[in-house]
Amino acid sequence: MSAPLLQVRNLTKRFGGLTAVDGLSFDVRKGTIHGLIGPNGAGKTTTFNMISGFYKPTEGDIVLREESISGLMMHEVAHRGVVRTFQHSTLFAEMTVLENVVVGTHMEFPPSIWNALTGQDAHDRRGAEAKAHEALEFFGLLAFQHSLAGDLPHGHQRALGMAVALACRPDIMLLDEPFTGMNPEETSRMMELMNKLRSSGLTLLLVEHDMHAIMGLCDNITCMSFGKFLAEGGPQEIRNHPDVIEAYLGGARHVA
Amino acid sequence: MRNFLIWLIVAAGLIALPHTLSFSLQEILVFLVINVLLVVSYRLLTLTGEWSLGHVVIMGVGAYTSALMTKRLGVYVPVSMIMGALMAGFVAFLLSFPLFRMKGFYFLIGSFASAEIIRLLWKRFREPFGGPKGLKRIDSLADINIGPIQVDFFEPVAYYYFALIVVAVCLWILWRIEKSLVGLTFHAVHWQDKLAQASGVDLRRYRTLAFVLASSFAGLSGALLAHYIGTINPNSFDVELMVFVLTWAIVGGTATFYGPILGCVVLTLLNEVVLREMGFQQMRPLIYGAIMIGSILFLPDGLESLVKRAMAAWKRRSTPAAEPGKESA
Repeated sequence: MSAPLLQVRNLTKRFGGLTAVDGLSFDVRKGTIHGLIGPNGAGKTTTFNMISGFYKPTEGDIVLREESISGLMMHEVAHRGVVRTFQHSTLFAEMTVLENVVVGTHMEFPPSIWNALTGQDAHDRRGAEAKAHEALEFFGLLAFQHSLAGDLPHGHQRALGMAVALACRPDIMLLDEPFTGMNPEETSRMMELMNKLRSSGLTLLLVEHDMHAIMGLCDNITCMSFGKFLAEGGPQEIRNHPDVIEAYLGGARHVA
Repeated sequence: MRNFLIWLIVAAGLIALPHTLSFSLQEILVFLVINVLLVVSYRLLTLTGEWSLGHVVIMGVGAYTSALMTKRLGVYVPVSMIMGALMAGFVAFLLSFPLFRMKGFYFLIGSFASAEIIRLLWKRFREPFGGPKGLKRIDSLADINIGPIQVDFFEPVAYYYFALIVVAVCLWILWRIEKSLVGLTFHAVHWQDKLAQASGVDLRRYRTLAFVLASSFAGLSGALLAHYIGTINPNSFDVELMVFVLTWAIVGGTATFYGPILGCVVLTLLNEVVLREMGFQQMRPLIYGAIMIGSILFLPDGLESLVKRAMAAWKRRSTPAAEPGKESA
């Protein structure tokens, strides 16, 4: 068993009087697919936003390879190898598919004005485009590289969002509901691709509602409810965990 | 090859142009060239999605700096212009600290307020800015007197050529920046700042970079202006000129590089030539405003959208014509 790559320690986020995430702790091990599930409003997305640097945690710590990354800005977190995708189709809709992914190579090929003026950036540009092609090829989007991102069908837009993240060459990819709006066929193809990513050594942390995908993909699942840690384990354990079933279906105690 | 020919014709046209014009139109032509640089630099700022109301005052920073350098320190004119541009960039860098805590509408208001502060400082301090009367008798470029070549830069035609070369080089630089990965990042920051940031883009850094670059070129255009008209005062850079810049950018459209140039040229022609000829002296600002409102209502994508449509139509017409040719060949 590999050492934890990402450790979440007693993470808490309060919005005024509301505690969205309350003392959450879990570990993500290297080279695994880790699922974060829970009923609506459980604080999954808030947790996600804290790990990626979109929100600052109120309390607690996020540790990446023994370095605390909590409270860093989103681009600083990205530079340390944690890259996220967004819910819905957050893309550069007015840019072409290829340009979208080229932005993803920003960290590997940092733009420079001097190089742009002297023409020395041609090499970088080719490199960036080659990397972008790789990512597009992986997600089967190469044929669309010259169309505008906003014109793609929804499923392809989701895939493009992941291609942008993959082009960042992250160690951990945070996927925010990657299967939303996909038909079963697209979902199963995307699951295959994620398995491929895992076998290439990438670590995935995903928030998802599609239980079929979660159970079929994840090595490890953390379940939250009302901002608190509820249960953790493999798909089998989670599926049969009484607390999880209660959280999703409502317990007999409350009904009675 | 065809592109090269087109550029050659454009260059020849621009070189021949002043000789076909009257003296007063030659003067307007010089202002037009300077304003083109101003509005294109403004577009660079809008690439990251921020619209500023302080751009003209930043231009004034370049003008004042360059003028004071020559008057007080005796710096040669082209060098002082570069220092004016650098100073404008530096002032923008300082302003970026308070301003980039804001976005969108608040940035707009903040930029206006901070620009007004700078303008009122020029008005308040007679030393060294000359107070409300501003600076007078600013040196022009030194005359060139090398044997047979004699150039007097008080002549609008001579200054036009000088400004044309400077502006052409600046436009080339701005064009290269926009088409590079830097430009792509500016666009990315504009369209989805969250996604750009998640890809490792330091938003603050790129917004500041666009602001400082745009301001430097605006400062250079201000310096070009100052050494041409020879006198500047705080009112040369008031909000009225800013409204003109906004109108050029909006009527021309900011989606393409040439949009603002188109807006600036067409509206200047309309304002200075057509309306003046027709005798609408006092009503010109009114008509200008009406044009801006009309273009927002009926041409929301600006004049550039007309060019795009015309080019698309041209392609459609020429493509079917080319295909039968292929078959016969």
